[in-house]
Amino acid sequence: MIPPSFQYHAPGSVDDAVALLSQYGDEAKLLAGGHSLLPMMKLRFAEPEHLVDINNIESLKGIREENGEIVIGAMTTESALISSALLQEKCPLLPEAAGLIGDPQVRNRGTIGGDIAHGDPANDHPALMMALDAIFTLVGPNGSRQVAANDFYLGTFYTALEADEILTEIRFSPQSPNTGASYHKLKRKTGDFATAAAAAVIEMSGDTCQRARITLTNLGPTALRVKDAEAVLVGQVITDDLIDQAAQKAMDICDPVQDLRGDVEYKTHMAGEMTRRAIKTAIERAKG
Amino acid sequence: MAATAESLERKEKLQGIGCSRKRKEDPRFIQGKGIYVDDVKLPGMVYGALVRSPHAHARIKSINKEKALALPGVITVLTADDLKPLNLHWMPTLGSDVQAVLADEKVGFQLQEVAMVIAEERYIAADGVDLVEVEYEELPAITDPHKSMDPDAPIIREDLVGKDEVGHGKRLHDNHIFTWEAGDKDSTDAVFDKAEVTIKEEILNPRVHPCPIETCGCVASFDKINGHLTVHMTTQNSHLVRTVLAMLSGIPESKIRVITNDIGGGFGNKVPIYPGYVVAIVASIVLGRPVKWIESRIENLSTTGFARDYHGTAELAADKEGHIQALRFNVLADHGAFNAHVSATKWPAGLFSICTGSYDIPTAYVKVDAVFTNKAPGGVAYRCSLRVTEAVYLIERMIDILAQKLNIDKAEIRRRNFIQADQFPYNTSLGWTLDSGNYGPALDKVLKAVDYEGLRKEQAEKRAKGELMGIGISTFTEIVGAGPTKACDILGIGLFDSCEIRVNPTGSAIARMGTQSQGQGHETTYAQIIATELGIPSDEIQVEEGDTDKAPYGAGTWGSRTTPVGAAAVTKAARKIRDKARKIAAHLLEVSEDDLEWDVDQFRVKGVPDQVKTMKEIAMAAYSNVPEGMENGLEAVDYYDPPNFTFPFGAYVCVIDIDPQTGEIKVRRFYALDDCGTRINDMIIEGQIHGGLTEAFAVSMGQLIDFDEEGNLLGNSLMDYFVPTAVETPHWETDYTVTPSPHHPLGAKGVAESPHVGGIPCFSNAVIDALSHLGVTHVDMPHTAARIWKKLHELGVAK
Repeated sequence: MIPPSFQYHAPGSVDDAVALLSQYGDEAKLLAGGHSLLPMMKLRFAEPEHLVDINNIESLKGIREENGEIVIGAMTTESALISSALLQEKCPLLPEAAGLIGDPQVRNRGTIGGDIAHGDPANDHPALMMALDAIFTLVGPNGSRQVAANDFYLGTFYTALEADEILTEIRFSPQSPNTGASYHKLKRKTGDFATAAAAAVIEMSGDTCQRARITLTNLGPTALRVKDAEAVLVGQVITDDLIDQAAQKAMDICDPVQDLRGDVEYKTHMAGEMTRRAIKTAIERAKG
Repeated sequence: MAATAESLERKEKLQGIGCSRKRKEDPRFIQGKGIYVDDVKLPGMVYGALVRSPHAHARIKSINKEKALALPGVITVLTADDLKPLNLHWMPTLGSDVQAVLADEKVGFQLQEVAMVIAEERYIAADGVDLVEVEYEELPAITDPHKSMDPDAPIIREDLVGKDEVGHGKRLHDNHIFTWEAGDKDSTDAVFDKAEVTIKEEILNPRVHPCPIETCGCVASFDKINGHLTVHMTTQNSHLVRTVLAMLSGIPESKIRVITNDIGGGFGNKVPIYPGYVVAIVASIVLGRPVKWIESRIENLSTTGFARDYHGTAELAADKEGHIQALRFNVLADHGAFNAHVSATKWPAGLFSICTGSYDIPTAYVKVDAVFTNKAPGGVAYRCSLRVTEAVYLIERMIDILAQKLNIDKAEIRRRNFIQADQFPYNTSLGWTLDSGNYGPALDKVLKAVDYEGLRKEQAEKRAKGELMGIGISTFTEIVGAGPTKACDILGIGLFDSCEIRVNPTGSAIARMGTQSQGQGHETTYAQIIATELGIPSDEIQVEEGDTDKAPYGAGTWGSRTTPVGAAAVTKAARKIRDKARKIAAHLLEVSEDDLEWDVDQFRVKGVPDQVKTMKEIAMAAYSNVPEGMENGLEAVDYYDPPNFTFPFGAYVCVIDIDPQTGEIKVRRFYALDDCGTRINDMIIEGQIHGGLTEAFAVSMGQLIDFDEEGNLLGNSLMDYFVPTAVETPHWETDYTVTPSPHHPLGAKGVAESPHVGGIPCFSNAVIDALSHLGVTHVDMPHTAARIWKKLHELGVAK
């Protein structure tokens, strides 16, 4: 449980951090909260020669409203998400889901950006970001660009982020009226990754679903958006039977890996069950 | 004479037996000021790190140290070949076997110790480990003990080929270790043949690990000038370790000192001697420098003493009213690659024959066959006495299954089979003499407290709605306090324990014991006993353990033996001092000893209330004014050899709800009544019950050391291995009755392991009770959501 030696850098600005990434390329890794990277280093699964700690970059922290959008700095901690009055009012899904991540110590260090950019399908924010239609700002040596969460995840630990880029900001629209959101996460214990989890964001007009986003955590090589389940619901008067159909679509799309949390059959069924529960709760909340 | 208000006030000030005195240890623990082995730093200290095998079964073709030795800061790399000249490449185990200290030509389990890199810094040692090149030739591995004795099974222990026995009778196969039996086979078979009702179930106590928060480690320091070896280490039994080290090394025992400071939990895991200790000691002897070796979590979970792995086939014979007539338990025990299980010499299956439990079972037979597999060695008593959890689990599960078969209520069937209070002392059909017990009233108290009838009514209503609710009962009897030296020894040394007390001239005292706290609070409770026995305030009594140069010899703390054995030695040593104090008081008061009576903290002349000598006055007199012919001083030593074990018991009820769609179990209520005889400190007892129940919950609901077919351990970190946090841990309700042990000087029985032993079957009984109306009689632990869901899915309950 002792990592090999590495060089430690602590830049004070995004530009300096990008410069270090440009200089060291694949030999460098960004250190955010460190709750994924440091265990991997201690197990010598990851052996970066250069560790670029971006915790000193103040501009990467904070939650604000800008031009009708919510903007979250990538180095904002899970604890900050949970305690944000702005999020509680305008995007209650995020504080609720962040409270299901890790444990208090992890949430005090762990950041939304680290969770998003690591590309681990077991992380919770990827599915949440996809359900919120979030847009990521990536800054590299040639300036910044924007990538939608739904286009960001390319494979396990493989994202649209280039080796010399930093995820700086996350933007999404506040929850619209008549909309409810929910994240149901099945886990073995505090601090564990999801055995299966589902996020649902659903806009209702009376008993009819107007819009739906349904996404899954830890049930495939990346977080998954279940468009087929959304299609089952949108434009329909919601019944238990329809919700079961949507849950079945989630089971159809998911491609989990057997581990000590459960085998493929169990995880597939839990994908359905979590989807069912997330949709039901989201609809209840949408109806107020 | 009735106690006066004045004497009651003096008694309260002592903080003696019965007082919920705050733990003396806590200020240092809470402030992070405990001293654990990894806090020990000695001048010139170097660090060892182990090279371990990635394979479970392989021949070692070569070991190349060159690259590691070339790394600046690496001092040496030790392998079996380096230990051979000292004859330390193998060491004896507590199971009458030998274990490779560093792998000698082959490895038998994954992460087995192959070499140790010694370096100036810990980080360099870790880098050095990566540079040692070991070439392996993989061999087929056995992970299922049921396949160990197949005719074509690969031989795990080639070093034992041709040996007919490993300490405990004839071996039947190269992978067989021993067969152990108790009871009367023929008469048991005869009862089964004629019985009205028989039941049979395969019941597994799966392989788990005690997982103390502090891993194992040591700092070995050999002084080349005077030939002294000092070892700071995490052990539950420092004196036995010293003896073993003397036997192994040839260093006179008087020149070996084992020091144990604070320990971050033991739970049986810190009883054995592990290879890392031995290599660190050898390295220190060779280098003449202190060597520190500390395990990582993965090393601790993967290689040090596991517990259980008992594969049982349990049978009961009964009449139609549910009266048990005979018990027949057969066990296949998986001991891993070396027979390093922890037990007393004469008890290769520990105290497993306590498996008749709290019940009057006239005929019984048990047989345990132990085999080798390609898994880590061990078989420690994880928060229980030797193999007692395994035994109690089987009987407490089986009596439920019998109730289910006969459609008798699960509380009622226990009442019908309880040993009655007037039957004690009770000789069990497997040879134990239960000293005391009062089981019926304990169960009744618990059933009333939880409104058992109301719970059963609620369960019936829920079942009608398709909901899953379970009520578990456990009415267990433990056997603890190993033990009478005529029956129990380890490496030939009897399992007595000891205490030495010295009272200073000004009336304070210091006491030293052969036991070893790992967090149990000995400094607090031992002082309370002495306070009551000698009238010295607890706060003025210094309690010390864990330094073999200071404390008298004892077998340490495990198997709940501290109170049954250690506390008895404390009591008897204190009483020796009080006897001498009485003589001094008689001398000072110029009366006969018979004219004196003891009153809290003083002797007084009967009928003359103002004629008193306090313990403080007597202490000073012991150093200045003793009767003619008496030696000065006020101290005593006692080595206590218990006449019998003690038999704490309890009645537990657990209520659970199962989410039928996810398989998740929610513990709604857990009510634990324990009878540990005389209670020394209620608060500490309650803390022990909470801890034991939490570990029972962990074992029952999630802990598992599992392997794939190649012998790779699945899940060797706390990400997977279940150690519950406060969030998962249920709320505990505790209660008690008091049935003193008739043979213990205080009537105390030991308590810390009861909740683990009794709790595990209670959880399982609740889970299976929730499924019993669906025809389920048993499911093996751990009751994880995934496993329960699988069962529910098979039954058509889960979608």
